[in-house]
Amino acid sequence: MRITVSVDGVDYSDEVEPRTLLVHYLRERLGKTGTVVGCDTSNCGACTVHLDGHSVKSCAVLAVQANGREVTTVEGLARDGRLHPVQEAFHQNHALQCGFCTPGMIMQAIDLLADNPDPDEDQVRHGLEGNLCRCTGYQNIVNAVRDAARRMSPGAGPDAERVDEAALVDRTPMRTGGGE
Amino acid sequence: MIPAAFDYVAPTTVDEAVRALAAGGEDAKVMAGGQSLIPVLRMRLAAPTLVVDVSGLTELSGVHDDGDSLRIGAMTTHYEVQRDPVVREHARLLCLATDTVADPQVRHRGTFGGSLAHADPAGDLLAPALALDAVMVCVGPSGTREIPAAEFFVDYFTTALAPDELLTHVKVPKLTGWGAHYEKFNRVAQAWSIVAVAAALRVSDGRIAEARVGLTNMGPTPVRARGVEEALVGQPATAEAITTAANRAAEGADPPSDGNADAEYRAHLARVLTERAVTAAVST
Repeated sequence: MRITVSVDGVDYSDEVEPRTLLVHYLRERLGKTGTVVGCDTSNCGACTVHLDGHSVKSCAVLAVQANGREVTTVEGLARDGRLHPVQEAFHQNHALQCGFCTPGMIMQAIDLLADNPDPDEDQVRHGLEGNLCRCTGYQNIVNAVRDAARRMSPGAGPDAERVDEAALVDRTPMRTGGGE
Repeated sequence: MIPAAFDYVAPTTVDEAVRALAAGGEDAKVMAGGQSLIPVLRMRLAAPTLVVDVSGLTELSGVHDDGDSLRIGAMTTHYEVQRDPVVREHARLLCLATDTVADPQVRHRGTFGGSLAHADPAGDLLAPALALDAVMVCVGPSGTREIPAAEFFVDYFTTALAPDELLTHVKVPKLTGWGAHYEKFNRVAQAWSIVAVAAALRVSDGRIAEARVGLTNMGPTPVRARGVEEALVGQPATAEAITTAANRAAEGADPPSDGNADAEYRAHLARVLTERAVTAAVST
């Protein structure tokens, strides 16, 4: 089945089997290996990407369901060689140990901050409940997300403006289901 | 793992979907948000020959105010239900239960109707649907029929839907101004309910005038705690009356024993969680 999908701002058109998972399409067909597979049960969230602006686990979406839609992966966050503020905050706060969960954590953190720009610690932990860190390095991840919220708050400088255009899409609830 | 090969269609109308299901026969499978089905396919616990993806049926998405009741499209996502002002005002129990479903990523794709049709006894929307006397609207080759929640859930992962029928909408009678609470017990984040209790109550002049209590994962289907409801109605909304009523929570239930909890412990949980749920619902 032929699909056309925008990934990190680039349009792709490919023939895929219906059973191909979105994460496999991203990694194996497009070479977007920044999105990783961490489990086989849809628990870990390492494969989180944005589909039409909302976070999804790309191991629980078929590639055919992304037809005609926009996908953003962790590889599409940086602009002009500058990290996204959430990436920068993860870097500055040492919010990773082995780093395997980081792409999914960052993508889900961006989604969380789009819904709630100033989450408290409890809200961050709940917002990231679909993402597991097997190093159990949650404390600095939570710190990083709250730091990112400060970096992205109104008046925080150029970073905030950049996020507006880059990542924080309209949060009006929208359908993220598939179809042709 | 990678799913076994299947054919895939994504109809754009309910009619098309029903025809596709009929043509696909017994090995066709409906996919809504796919948040339960895709993992099952991946683990090869199921291998349908045809997947009918109904998630693109925009006519089945959204919440409509029908006067005395709400009509919730089966393809309305959990994310949309959580944020819907009409649901929050008239069927708040659904919002509260939906808040506890899985995790944000799954709630973006998973659907209200998909969860009900999947009929996992540990799923969090079945007991609220039962407690709220929801009615499932289904479409098949011979037309439309309505199935009350009490008849819809038949067994583990089994509903009254025929293989060629599609759940299109759910009618939920309005309980405007009622208190509500969903008390879920699980051990870790994003886990299924070991037991959970859905409670909706109308309190008038300090007395409980009406009560609805549904139990999650206390049997192969959601359970209505009729004994608790009877014991609550007419009583003052006091801690003592609530405790007495909650002690009847496990009456008539047939809870499973598994690695999370044995049946006796589940019965204990039902009583404790009912007390908490009713207490919280009274104070909202």
